[in-house]
Amino acid sequence: MKFHAALRAGVRSIFLRVEEALDAPFGGADNPLRHLGAIGLYLLWIVVGTGIYLYTVLDTGIAAVYRSIGQLSTDQWYLGGILRSLHRYSADGFVLVMMLHLVREWCYGRYHGFRLYSWVTGVPLIWLAYMAGIGGYWIVWDQLAQLSALSTAELLDWLPVISEPTARNFLAPDSISDRFFTMLVFLHLGVPLLLILGLWAHVHRISHVDYLPSRRAMLATLAALLVLALIRPVASHPPANLATVPRDVALDWFILFIHPLTDLGSPAIVWALLFAATIVLCALPILPHPARDPVAVVTPARCTGCDRCLADCPYAAITMTPHPLRPGSNLAVVDADLCAACGICAGSCPSSTPFRRQPTLVTGIDMPQLPVNALRECLDRSLGEHRHEPTIVVFACSRAADANALAMPDAIVVPLPCTGMLPPSFVEYALRTGADGVLLTTCRAGGCAFRLGERWTAERLAGRREPHLRRNVPRDLVAVVPLAVGDSAALDAALASFRRNLQGGPAASASLPPYEVLRRPTAEPVFGSVRSPDPRISA
Amino acid sequence: MPKPAAIAGQVVLYGAFAAFIGYFATSPKYRQIPDDAALIKLSINHLGERECRKRSPEELARLPPNMRAPLDCPRERSDIRLEMDLDGEPVLRTTMHPTGLYKDGISTIYRRFEVKAGSHEVAVRMNDNAVKPGFAFVREGRVTLAPGQVMVIDFNPDMGGLFFK
Repeated sequence: MKFHAALRAGVRSIFLRVEEALDAPFGGADNPLRHLGAIGLYLLWIVVGTGIYLYTVLDTGIAAVYRSIGQLSTDQWYLGGILRSLHRYSADGFVLVMMLHLVREWCYGRYHGFRLYSWVTGVPLIWLAYMAGIGGYWIVWDQLAQLSALSTAELLDWLPVISEPTARNFLAPDSISDRFFTMLVFLHLGVPLLLILGLWAHVHRISHVDYLPSRRAMLATLAALLVLALIRPVASHPPANLATVPRDVALDWFILFIHPLTDLGSPAIVWALLFAATIVLCALPILPHPARDPVAVVTPARCTGCDRCLADCPYAAITMTPHPLRPGSNLAVVDADLCAACGICAGSCPSSTPFRRQPTLVTGIDMPQLPVNALRECLDRSLGEHRHEPTIVVFACSRAADANALAMPDAIVVPLPCTGMLPPSFVEYALRTGADGVLLTTCRAGGCAFRLGERWTAERLAGRREPHLRRNVPRDLVAVVPLAVGDSAALDAALASFRRNLQGGPAASASLPPYEVLRRPTAEPVFGSVRSPDPRISA
Repeated sequence: MPKPAAIAGQVVLYGAFAAFIGYFATSPKYRQIPDDAALIKLSINHLGERECRKRSPEELARLPPNMRAPLDCPRERSDIRLEMDLDGEPVLRTTMHPTGLYKDGISTIYRRFEVKAGSHEVAVRMNDNAVKPGFAFVREGRVTLAPGQVMVIDFNPDMGGLFFK
C-alpha cells in the first residue's frame, strides 16, 4: 500500500507540473491534460467519421480489399488518402489520450468512492479500443495485417477455451476466403459501436459532460493531424502472402505493441500481464481509502424544489421527487453513493443566503461537516473580533493552494471543500459586516477537483448563473484567484496585490452600506454537533 | 485572444503531439524473425481412432432391430502421439489429447519452429490409436527453405496423411 501511495504521489507530482506548465501556452480551457476525456472522444469521432468514408469504398475480398484501400492512397490521395491517414492517426491519438486519461485519473486518486462506477466502466473500454484497433489493421490485408492476424491468432490459441487453433485459418495463402473479410468489416463496425455504448455508460453518472473540447482545441488537433497526414501519408505494405514471413514491418506501436511483446516473451506471459492489469485496475477501488466526507443533507422544510442543486451537481447525485409537504412542489433527494461531498449544491441553494433573520440558518441542502449556519457564525465572530485594516476575507478552496499558510494578519481565511460551495450572497454579507474585500481562491480553470466548482463560482459571481452575486456589490472589492496546489507564492502575491488595490486603488472608494447583524437569540442547532463552528476556519 | 508567445507555444506542442504519433505509428520497424531464418509450422487437426469391438450374433439379436450396429464403439477418441525430428534431432515429442468433455472431439496442435534458411531433413511421425504400437503415419524428406519462407506440415487423410506444403 505504501508503495502504491508513493508511486501515485510521484506520478501525480509529474502530472501536476506538466499540467501547470501547459497552462501558460494553452490556458485552462484549452489545456489538453485537463480535457483528456473530451479530446479522446473528439478523436474517436474523427475515427468514426473517416471510417464511414473508408467503409463506402471498401471492396471485401482477398485481393479487392487490398486494392480498394491502396487506391485511396495512390489515386485519391487528396481525399481518400488523407481520410485514411486521419483514420489511423486519430486512432493512435485516441489510444494515447485514453492511456493518459487513465494514468491521470489514477494518480489523482479518482477511482474510488463516488467515482467507482466511472472507473470500473472505463476498464472494458480499453479492451474494446484495442480490439477495434487491431481488427482495423487486418482489413487492409497487407503484410502488417498478416503479421497482426497471425500473432493475434497464436495469442488467442493459447487460451484453453478455443478448441481448434485459429491460427490454422492463416496457414497458407489458400486458407482464407473472401467471407473472412466480410466478417472482419462487421467486427470492425460492431466493436467500435460497443465502445461508443460503453463510453455512454462511462460518463452517464456525471452531469455537464464535456463531450468535446473547446473549438480552438478541436481545430488545432485536427490541423495537427491533417499536417501529419500530408507529411506522412499512410500507405499499405506489400500484399499479404502467407507463404512468407513479413519483414521490416512499419508497426503501429500504439496499438500493435502486443505482437512484439508476445514474440519477446510468450502468449502465457502476455495473457498474464493483460489479465493482471485488468484485475489490478478493477481492484484499485476496493483497496483501503480514507473515509468519505459526509454527504449532502436535504431539509425538506426548507427545500423549495427549485432544481438549482440538480442543475449544478457535477456528479448527478441529486434527483427531484414530489415534495411530501407541499403538493405541486419538488424535493431534492441526494444519492449518497454518487455524492462527492463537494458542497456545490449548498452553494446553489437560494435558501443559503446569510441575510435571513433566523437565529439558526437552515438551508434546503447543506453539508453536515460545514453547514452554512456555521459558516455565517464564524464569519460573524471572525469579523467581529478582527481589528486590522483592511480586513480581507479569503474563501479558500481546500484543493487549491493552501491558504491556511497565509501569515497575513489582515486575512480571515475560510477554507471550503470547494469554492463552488460558497453561496454568492456570503460575499456580499462579508462585505457588509466588516470585510473590506473578499478574495476567493479556486482551482485553475478546467482543473477543479470536483469538475465544475471553479466554473460555477465564476458564473455566479459574473451574474450568469443562479444564485448570482447582486449587481450592487462593487466588483473591485471581490477577487477570484485560480490556483494550483503548489501556487502558494502566487496566492501571497495575489493577496498583496488585492490589498494594495483596496488601500489605494480604485477599490478604495467602493463600499457597501453596512448590514446590521441582528442580535439573534441563541437557538438549539438543528443538526446537533454539526452546527458547531468549523475548527478549520481561522482568523 | 492568446498572446503570440502562447500561440507559438501551442504550435510547438501540437506539432510535438503530431510528431510523436507520426513516429510511433510506423517506427521503429519490426522484424519478426532474422533475415536468414525461415519458419516451419506444424499444424494438425485430427480425430483420434476409436477402439471398436465387433458385436457377437447373440448380442445383436438382443438389440432392437433398428439398433443392430455390428460394431460397438466408445464415444471417447484415442490420444494421438506425434513426433518431429529436424536434421536428426528430436524437436517435438507430444501427445495430443481429444477435446470435449467426453474426450470425443478433435485433437489439435499448432507449433512454430524458427530454423535457418537452407536445406533441412524433416521427419514427422503420428499415431492416432494409442492401443496400436508404432506410427501409422510417417513423412520424411529433405526440404530447402528460402529466407522468410513458411513451410507447413499438415495432415489430411484424403491426401495420404501427413504432408509438407
